[in-house]
Amino acid sequence: MRFAGLLNRWVIFAIAVLALAAGLDNEYYFTLLNFIGIHTLLVVGLNLLLGYAGQISLGHAAFFGLGAYASGILTATYGVNPWLALLAGLAISGLAALLIGIPALKLRGYYLAMATLGFGIIVYIVLNEASHLTGGPSGLSGIPSLSLAGFPLNTARRLYLLIWLAVGVILALSANLVESRTGRALRALHDTEAAAESLGVDTARMKLKIFIWSALYASLAGSLYAHTLNFIAPASFGFMFSIKLVTMVVLGGMASIWGSLLGAGVLTVLPEVLTAFHDFEVIIFGAILMVVMIFLPRGLVRGLMDLREFRRYKREGGSLV
Amino acid sequence: MSLPPDQTLLELHEVSLAFGGLQAVERVSFVVPEGAVKAVIGPNGAGKTTLFHLVSGFLSPQQGRIIFQAAEIQGLPAHLIARRGIARTFQLVQLFDHLTVLENVMVGRHRLSRAGLLAGALQLPRTRAEERHIRARAMEALEFVGLASRADQSAAVLPLGLKRLLEIARALATEPSLLLLDEPASGLDTVETERLKEMILAFKEQGLTTLLVEHDMGLTMEVADEIAVLNYGKLIADGPPRAIQKNPEVIAAYLGTDWQA
Repeated sequence: MRFAGLLNRWVIFAIAVLALAAGLDNEYYFTLLNFIGIHTLLVVGLNLLLGYAGQISLGHAAFFGLGAYASGILTATYGVNPWLALLAGLAISGLAALLIGIPALKLRGYYLAMATLGFGIIVYIVLNEASHLTGGPSGLSGIPSLSLAGFPLNTARRLYLLIWLAVGVILALSANLVESRTGRALRALHDTEAAAESLGVDTARMKLKIFIWSALYASLAGSLYAHTLNFIAPASFGFMFSIKLVTMVVLGGMASIWGSLLGAGVLTVLPEVLTAFHDFEVIIFGAILMVVMIFLPRGLVRGLMDLREFRRYKREGGSLV
Repeated sequence: MSLPPDQTLLELHEVSLAFGGLQAVERVSFVVPEGAVKAVIGPNGAGKTTLFHLVSGFLSPQQGRIIFQAAEIQGLPAHLIARRGIARTFQLVQLFDHLTVLENVMVGRHRLSRAGLLAGALQLPRTRAEERHIRARAMEALEFVGLASRADQSAAVLPLGLKRLLEIARALATEPSLLLLDEPASGLDTVETERLKEMILAFKEQGLTTLLVEHDMGLTMEVADEIAVLNYGKLIADGPPRAIQKNPEVIAAYLGTDWQA
């Protein structure tokens, strides 16, 4: 029965993606959808780490940046095949996650947050300073487009299908993962590490694996981003973006795969719709984060469902005791 | 049923641990024969739970050796000790509150299954087959403790007595050679305690060795083959229940003179 339910969701997803591809005509909408897709890849990865495994990362933008710059530099400066560059980006991000993860995941709570924050800042500084390689603060341009079998993906509409295929695959892999032996072990160690250890779960290794896995998602997103804009600059990969990602996770719902899609969607579209965002972006994201954590800690979808349940319960004369 | 005296599953030799100035466990030595139920009793603060943490790898002794199945295990991390076949429950129940009753027990199958992260993400046929196997074995453990009907409930909403049973089911799912039960009767009513007693005796039938920390003397005297008594971190007595009941030092430190078998 559970399988049948999942099947329906994927079918709906596929139909929705294809319908939009056929129905929309405006390059702008496709660009927007492409960004939603790229953000979704980032948010799902961060959600696996933060929502399911309960590990705090405030430097996730760094892996996004590593993927983007690996792809950007290798293709623009060295003429490497973009697909190979993408794989190289994955390798680099994975390795960075391994090296950072081994010491950082021994830390708990606030210390881990600070360690990942520090890593994010270091990467940001390197991207700015190593200008002979990265182009410095003014960025790296001339990044070629991806092409599939000679067919160049140089319009938003063409990229849309590739990006959303990637999103579909990643969502499926992640949904599988959460219900699997590894997913259970991660959710378990989030609840109580001691009990997980007592059952033979190597919690340190598990945390490291999911950290690397989420870094790979971010790297993939970064490479796609580089080939979408054909231009990247360090400003996109700083602390503020890491915070935006956390906000997207929290808004959509921690420990919710589909919530990641919602969170990414809402917080990608909102800044486009509300021009106030341009001036007050920092404040607005911060406020959203605060409000959601205080009033709807389980995220938008579950939070609103909970609220409706609670109201109905009270109306029917129930008590909380 | 009598066992050859040299078939010991667990041995503690001069195990000691101090926290700052407090000697929590001091040169404790005893053995647990294979297939037996051994109880560790004593006043609160005597070092019983510390002993459990030492055996299960949550703490390392500063001195002494712990030998399980003829291999030294002191200083090994908890998850490696668990993989060797020692399972435990906790004094304050440690369930996975965000998982269902069944999922809690399925985590117990972790050491007996193999699917890694990539396999879990890809869900190839072999992984799915293993998952069905995990689920089936977990349901068996739930059936054994009588919680099968609650398989899909959230573990967080169970009453305490059932939470303790769930923790036991989860430990059983690991197919341990040695089961450590830390105050399993704490908070249980008479009926539940009786059920617990039957369960512990059933473990013995199946060849499972049990090390038990308990305050409920009725339960302890009825299930234990041997009793070790701790007081202020030191072992003050070790022997069959009858002898322990009559031991004047044990009576003075813990049991009291009114206690009757």
